[in-house]
Amino acid sequence: MYSLPIVAEAMLNGLLTGAVYALIALGLTLVYGVLHIINFAHGAFLTCAMFAVWLANTFLGLDPYLAILPLTLIFFAIGYAVQRFVIGPASHGDDGNILLITLGLSIVIENALLAGFRSDTRSLMTDYSFNVFEVGPLLISQARLFGFLGAVVVTGLLWLLLAATDTGKAIRAVAKEKLGARLVGINVSHVFAVTFGIGCATLAIAACLLMPTFYVNPRVGGAFVLVAFTIVVLGGMGSITGALIGGLFIGVVESLCGLFLGESLGQIGIFIIFILVLLFRPTGLFGARA
Amino acid sequence: MTLFMKPVSRRGALKGGIAAAAAIAAPSVLRAAEPPAVKVGILQPVTGALAMDGEFGRTGAELAIADINAAGGIKALGGAKIEMVFGDARSNPEAGVQEVERMQSEGVAAIVGGFASPICLAATQAAARYDLPYIVDVGVSDQIIQRGLKNTFRFAPGFAICTQAAIQNLVRINEAAGKPAKTIALVHEDGLFGSGLAKLMQTELPKHGFEIAETIAIPTPSRDLSNVALRLRSLNPDLVIPSTYYGETVLLARTMQQQRVRPKAVYAVLNGAASNMRFVKEFPEAAENIMDVNHWQDPRNPKNAELQKRVVDAGKQWNYNTPLNYSCVMLLADAIERAGSADRAKLIDSIAASTYDKHLMPYGPTKFVGGQNQGAAPVSTQVQKATIRVVYPEAFSDAKPIFPVRG
Repeated sequence: MYSLPIVAEAMLNGLLTGAVYALIALGLTLVYGVLHIINFAHGAFLTCAMFAVWLANTFLGLDPYLAILPLTLIFFAIGYAVQRFVIGPASHGDDGNILLITLGLSIVIENALLAGFRSDTRSLMTDYSFNVFEVGPLLISQARLFGFLGAVVVTGLLWLLLAATDTGKAIRAVAKEKLGARLVGINVSHVFAVTFGIGCATLAIAACLLMPTFYVNPRVGGAFVLVAFTIVVLGGMGSITGALIGGLFIGVVESLCGLFLGESLGQIGIFIIFILVLLFRPTGLFGARA
Repeated sequence: MTLFMKPVSRRGALKGGIAAAAAIAAPSVLRAAEPPAVKVGILQPVTGALAMDGEFGRTGAELAIADINAAGGIKALGGAKIEMVFGDARSNPEAGVQEVERMQSEGVAAIVGGFASPICLAATQAAARYDLPYIVDVGVSDQIIQRGLKNTFRFAPGFAICTQAAIQNLVRINEAAGKPAKTIALVHEDGLFGSGLAKLMQTELPKHGFEIAETIAIPTPSRDLSNVALRLRSLNPDLVIPSTYYGETVLLARTMQQQRVRPKAVYAVLNGAASNMRFVKEFPEAAENIMDVNHWQDPRNPKNAELQKRVVDAGKQWNYNTPLNYSCVMLLADAIERAGSADRAKLIDSIAASTYDKHLMPYGPTKFVGGQNQGAAPVSTQVQKATIRVVYPEAFSDAKPIFPVRG
């Protein structure tokens, strides 16, 4: 019922959106893989980061893409501090507690944002927000293509970090065997905090890539994080490659469902996949055996 | 942008405090000479999701009360001043009801405001239990006035009046331009508001010779409307009618601009963004020439410009809610004046018989039938050169419609 160029363009749109989903899922899956906790505050941190991008642009005139470096560092520090001084000590070693603490954090952050920024929807105006690349009959949004490339590069870097550096080795060691890692002299609570910091840093990057074309209000994180959870389940808890491929796949599914079933039902595909994966392949596509 | 409240300087706060203290300490003889003040409840959601709108409304009500008191109060009551009892509906109906109960216990003569339909529905019902007159400012749901509540009056147009006017205005604007628009795509949010509106358009517009090419429902919030833009581009309708909230309207306008979807006009109805100056200021290119049918002040009434200047000078923001609430409070004061009493039953009769016409809205004289002001009507607005103009009906317009935007 739709001509081929439209379907192709919808798939392309899905891929571009999916890459940013993947980036958001990346932090979630990493924190799960290492700390074995589901971070409910993930969406709230994303909202925070998006507001930070908006603030930097509105009051300092900082371009969202230039804000990537400082915000990544700031959010790494925030994430590190939150895990080291709030979540870690408050959990008293019980994973169930961590779940509640992150949930509590998300409520505190969202309401603090609501108090500070009201519930208004805000967006950025950049010179390139409306620019497109013309490829044959296709009009590809520049900002979203940058978002796609950024997400792929960050995934690659993160994979390198985990595979080839000492920090990465320590993170993997802690993820596999916490007690063993501690016995060979790895500072486990430091590694936990670094991992949580990296998770937050990826959110800062995602926020910078999103803001040129998207808007922010205190509840916006929730819209992304539910999708991110699905991606984590689909790709396999703790798998970096799984997050990227899962994200791209979910993006395309959402886009095509939106096109053929109507935008309101666009999400249905995502959640059908969620249920199917849980039923038939609970470890996800790339997940290790539970 | 209301990101941060304008800071009150310490000195300013001190001055105000001293003035207030002096007023309280004024000789009781002086105050005893004054007739007791008439308490009026002002209900607005000034915290939560609707805070921005609630603030617009509160500003209008406050200014009206200040003006009434400065002009000598209610003359029929010996110059009695009006005292505001403010209630924050916190953007939900339950809080609205709580505040009505509090206002009742504080002995208000009437309540004005509510803003959102759910708040208005609940608050008017709570007020009805005490036969407390209630003037609804915005709440467009027609259920508000269809329940036979004697205490409930709506000064502004409701859903039925607005949609009727929207269709009528569109037909006339299109005819005046030589009928350039024929095919229409409806884009609506999938909640009660958008779906209801879309359904109505689907049945009514074909009667006037329009063809509905496509109806596209979108969720709130939407993360991406590229596919909607794609479909619009392939359908290439003459008109796009979006019935969506602020965030999605902005996203749609931006995506359409980016994907080069260029219909002959974008004609919104009761839209969340098309009559909002923030949208116009932030995205002048995407907003340019978008039309809307909505509440708006009468641009030809010089009092609006004057009031707007006072609002802006005070560091506050202006939107249609401001003159609307100003007018509602003025209408109430006029009713108290004519009733010569703050007695609730007399006041209800007096409001019901109101023919108040000194308001700031593009309405005729007030005439309540079954609680609805029959003189009320929305107007067609259009963003022209980054300001919002009234383009229809001619009696209130301050600009001519640009239609079709492109041939």
